Amino acid sequence: MAATPQAGFWKRNQRSLAPWLFLAPGLLVFMIYVIIPIFQSIWISFYDWDGLGPKTWAGLDNYRNLLDDDSFYMSLKNNLIWLVLYMLAVPAGLGVALFLNQTVAGIRLYKSLFFFPFVISQVVVGLIFSWFYAPGFGLLPHIFKILTGHEIAVLAEAKYATYGIIAAGLWPQIAYCMILYLTGLNNINPEQVEAARMDNAKGIYMLWHIIIPQLRPATFIAVVVTVIGALRSFDLISIMTVGGPFGSSRVLSYFMYEQALSEYGTAMGYGAAIAVVLFAIMLVFITLFIVRMLSQERTA
Amino acid sequence: MRLLKALTGFTLGFGLLASTALAGDLVINSDQSDPAPKKAMEELIAGFEKANPDIKVKWNNFDHEGYKAAIRNFLTADPPDVAAWYAGNRMAPYVKAGLFADVTDVWKANGLDDSLKSAAASMTMDGKKWGVPYTYYQWGVYYNKDVYKKAGITAEPKTWDEFIANCEKIKAAGADCLTTGTKALWPGAGIFDYLDMRTNGYEFHMDLTAGKVPWTDPKVKAVFDQWAKVVPYMTANAAAIDWQDAAALLSQGKAANYVMGNFAVDTFKKGGLTNDTLGFMLFPEITKGLPRAEEAPTDTFHMTAGAKHKDEAKKFLAYVASADAQTAMNKTLGQLPVNNKAQVGDDPFIQAGFKELSSAYALAQFFDRDAPADMAKAGMEGFQHFMSNPADLPAILDSLEKTRQKVYK
Amino acid sequence: MFPTPIAKASPWVQTSYKIMLPVALFIWLLPLIGIAITSIRPASDLAAGNYFGMPSSFAGVENYSSVFKNSNIGWYIINSFRVTIPTVIGAVGLSCLTGFALAVYRFRGNLVVFFLFVAGNFVPFQILAIPVRDLTTQLGLYNTTTGLVLFHIAFQTGFCTLFMRNFIKALPFALIESARVEGVSEWKIFSRIVLPLMRPAIAALAVLIFTFIWNDYFWATVMAQSVDVRPVTAGMNELKGQYKVAWELISAAAIVAALPPVAMFFLMQKHFIAGLTLGATKG
Repeated sequence: MAATPQAGFWKRNQRSLAPWLFLAPGLLVFMIYVIIPIFQSIWISFYDWDGLGPKTWAGLDNYRNLLDDDSFYMSLKNNLIWLVLYMLAVPAGLGVALFLNQTVAGIRLYKSLFFFPFVISQVVVGLIFSWFYAPGFGLLPHIFKILTGHEIAVLAEAKYATYGIIAAGLWPQIAYCMILYLTGLNNINPEQVEAARMDNAKGIYMLWHIIIPQLRPATFIAVVVTVIGALRSFDLISIMTVGGPFGSSRVLSYFMYEQALSEYGTAMGYGAAIAVVLFAIMLVFITLFIVRMLSQERTA
Repeated sequence: MRLLKALTGFTLGFGLLASTALAGDLVINSDQSDPAPKKAMEELIAGFEKANPDIKVKWNNFDHEGYKAAIRNFLTADPPDVAAWYAGNRMAPYVKAGLFADVTDVWKANGLDDSLKSAAASMTMDGKKWGVPYTYYQWGVYYNKDVYKKAGITAEPKTWDEFIANCEKIKAAGADCLTTGTKALWPGAGIFDYLDMRTNGYEFHMDLTAGKVPWTDPKVKAVFDQWAKVVPYMTANAAAIDWQDAAALLSQGKAANYVMGNFAVDTFKKGGLTNDTLGFMLFPEITKGLPRAEEAPTDTFHMTAGAKHKDEAKKFLAYVASADAQTAMNKTLGQLPVNNKAQVGDDPFIQAGFKELSSAYALAQFFDRDAPADMAKAGMEGFQHFMSNPADLPAILDSLEKTRQKVYK
Repeated sequence: MFPTPIAKASPWVQTSYKIMLPVALFIWLLPLIGIAITSIRPASDLAAGNYFGMPSSFAGVENYSSVFKNSNIGWYIINSFRVTIPTVIGAVGLSCLTGFALAVYRFRGNLVVFFLFVAGNFVPFQILAIPVRDLTTQLGLYNTTTGLVLFHIAFQTGFCTLFMRNFIKALPFALIESARVEGVSEWKIFSRIVLPLMRPAIAALAVLIFTFIWNDYFWATVMAQSVDVRPVTAGMNELKGQYKVAWELISAAAIVAALPPVAMFFLMQKHFIAGLTLGATKG
């Protein structure tokens, strides 16, 4: 049977068209729901808009107002605290992984149980820790009372609330880093380790000079997911303190939600401006990540 | 690949399922997610369907808090026929944006100007009526009589000074004089509203919430000076707990007084208080001789501008406004009917509220309904901050003033 | 192996390690154990101040059945499944295609498209929220399961593409080459040769995406408000409002809400960890 001209065209160009046809559905939805909205948000951030009426051009007003808004600085500061303290998950995860990287009976179950805080939703983690911290009947104030004689209501105090939430966030994050390192440790070149042992390398020295360099890929991913996790923190704040007391535990992501999406949120332009700032911060890390991946692609 | 196709079909199937569920004769969106309101609403709809056998109601019940964000979206894109909302300033943005429909004809045809007189002003904008009120409830001071007894207090305080003097006795008896839980922010605003209305009067309070007075005004500062007197006797962790947690403190006798709305009575009683041990009194007087204004938030139904079943929607509004429907609904809600021909429930707290409100000089809606949303949010955060740290007051007021200039431009 | 296997250490060290393991685990899971015990406590225990001691009686059945009877949690769980399952199918399905395209073909813009997916996967949700909510509203899908599912599919396609593309890249390319020589069409190369080899990747992604979407809270809050649409994460927040001081019920509800992903994890542990730790060993 003779091929129709159309089939001929298909036969000739199949190889160059195929990738785009395979990409089309996924790329299309991704553009519509992810890439284009980024630019729309940037656009909205230049307007004054309550979400109901018409938009009015505001130029850089929203950004100027941000610079004059104490809540913005409070959020920014808390984001920084989150970034720094959340990083503790990386060494802590390594520590737990080293502790568990043994072959005794039942160790697999232990590993699973250590990991499973990560599987639970942050909403539930937030609830668990709200209970844990609750003044009057929580476990932590109880322990504090036994140790020091007086209770501390962590989430009621402006100076402790953010730290209390971060501690709750570290719980699943350490579990995540642990599992990354356990996998990494599993794949360490045993010959190098044995060779180093021959040279009498031990303990901390061995860890620092032989093991950690080999764990670099795991460390890289652990750092990336921890940074992203710190900047995305939202669920725990919403569940545990709703940004309070008096806004002392809000971060940019929650601040944006309050301004543009929540019960009292009618400032779309202002909210978008906050989101753009958060996006800009994230973009620094995204760029670093992409640059590294790119260099890997080149060498691969 | 057959599998994938089948699966796409599956996904689409879910989509269809979701959209067919939206079909119906009269679509009502509302936020009665708590048990009692939910029941009241179910009864209301059943009653309406019985009276109008040709109309079927499709009711979308929303989470109480989520609704306030949701209404902005569904009104613009996919409006129901009827939506629940609040009276006064809180409905202004939707009236101005042309999203609520003018229902003056429903008021005229059903004589509502007479039967709903008390709420007529709060439903009127530009000389037109924009919805129908169906319930309201009083605020005031709820107190634990056992704690009062234990502290040796025999009479309800009539003035703020008496109230503060009692606090010392209550403290000596081992309880917090005044409790609140401001994790969700709004409970603190009840205290502020009353202090302001008792210190400066109703008109000043309305001007303040309307953005006509700077927050740095000495009269505003005077309100916080009164508030500062009670702060040392308030529940210390108020910022971290919800209003129900604080209600439990009152029920358990760990706190004596609570500035609250009447909907909380149910929670107080579940916590162990009874008609004999739970007391209710008017918020005490501060500036002598000021006419007494009270807090009485009114809940409403509105026909949307995009309603597809306008006649049915108007029938529903007329039904909700009727004396019988309001009697029945408010009995379940444990609140007050707006229709003056409806019967007020015989519960002592509802009766007390009726007495309080019908003799009041004027009614405020509540801080977060009288002030625009962003001002309300900032204000309530300021109140929370003040209660935790009264020394920060100058900074709080400066920041509120900054917000005012941004919000009401 | 590092650290040195404990078997080589002295018996004393071995024993103390074996004692330390359960102790460490107990401390690690303390908050969770607390919630689990609270969920089976009778309400009278909490009223009487017995927060930490042994429950005076077992009230698990009452508490859990009360949660199902007196709240919407049953609905919320169903809603969560109605959002999660189509999303898993959609995102994994789409990324099989995109991953294949990016791994197998050399064409201009390949890396650009790939990095677009990777970068998009990391953006903060807040920068998408307003436009996505408006778009969903305009499509008439605000407050519907479909609206949530469409967004989730689109967003998760980013992560899934990264995963699938790297997975397919690691497959032997010779298979595809020889098929091409024999004149097999590109579609058949995908569906007959590559797709069957992707089974482990599909399983790993399915488990991961299931967990991610089940646990999503932000979009559930922003895009779903009514009882017949709200997933369980957003519903939990509402339940917390409803129960307040009844911590035995909140705890029970929390455990119910956490169960499906936990079950998924324990049943599919190998795939789950393989998915999460992709890239942790090479590169």
